[in-house]
Amino acid sequence: MTAKDDDLVLDGNAAAGTLAEIYGDDMTTVLAECASCGKVDHVAGLVAYVHAPGIVLRCTACSTVMIRIVQTPKRTFVDVRGKRIPPPSTKT
Amino acid sequence: MKRTLEWQIATVKALRVETVDVKTLTLALPDWTAHRPGQHYDVRLTAEDGYSSQRSYSVASEPERMGEIDITVERIGDGEVSPYLDDTVVVGDRFEVRGPIGGYFVWDKSIDGPLLLVAGGSGIVPLMAMLRHRAVAGISDPARLLYSSRTYEQIIYGPELEDLAKKNGLTVSYTLTRTQPAGWKGYARRIDDAMLKEVSAPLGRGALAYICGPTALVEVAADGLERVGLRAERIRTERFGPSGP
Repeated sequence: MTAKDDDLVLDGNAAAGTLAEIYGDDMTTVLAECASCGKVDHVAGLVAYVHAPGIVLRCTACSTVMIRIVQTPKRTFVDVRGKRIPPPSTKT
Repeated sequence: MKRTLEWQIATVKALRVETVDVKTLTLALPDWTAHRPGQHYDVRLTAEDGYSSQRSYSVASEPERMGEIDITVERIGDGEVSPYLDDTVVVGDRFEVRGPIGGYFVWDKSIDGPLLLVAGGSGIVPLMAMLRHRAVAGISDPARLLYSSRTYEQIIYGPELEDLAKKNGLTVSYTLTRTQPAGWKGYARRIDDAMLKEVSAPLGRGALAYICGPTALVEVAADGLERVGLRAERIRTERFGPSGP
């Protein structure tokens, strides 16, 4: 990674506005678990790349892409394949 | 009902030069709502051809100032937004903002107990909102700020911090990592565990810590505060800029 790319690194706090736009509430205090290594962080703490045409949130431990958001004039794409989604609870 | 996050048109009401690379903009907001210190606004600039660019800026002012906010902007050389906000913008200019945003890196008077703030460079901005709010709200629980800058000239809000440190149990410590003026009595090195221990010790291990700055500084300070005895869940961070040391 070049020094110039490094300058663009932020954290999940910087994605708070876009996440709130999508989910209707602040998401930065929510915990997210990396699907690859299991590290759990607040969304606020994830490593964020926000200066490309889109937002990428990566795991702080293993750099796996956890959340990707791309907004076009007509729709928003959210990819959370890198974030572990717990299986539905068996409790009733 | 919960307030939805809408774009609104901010008008630049005042400009203040803080340092050679840093300027504060006072923005009048038609749909102002009180922020929690530490929150930010998104700023969106749109060119005539429709190309738009968006950045987040922490609120520097206290929420008691109704109808307006201050944002403090550091000029990033080839950025798309900061050169405009730092060089081109004039009083009366209008652009889109939305906020306040963020529920993680926030502190207000409802949170009791000793407060430890660690800032690197323009990372002081959200912490300044906390300190201004703390002063206006008359909070007297002990608070300490450790502020790392490269040079004396790059310290943002210097005179105001001096004033704030005279009241309400606030202690401000500086470290200048690159050059120091003659007779400098503060620290003169990068933040390390010994420094963190000295600054945090009077607050005890129950202190609540907020760290904001470049990634490398945030990681050193967050790990260091854990090593000197603070609990990890009492340390909140906001990082920007280079991730390398």
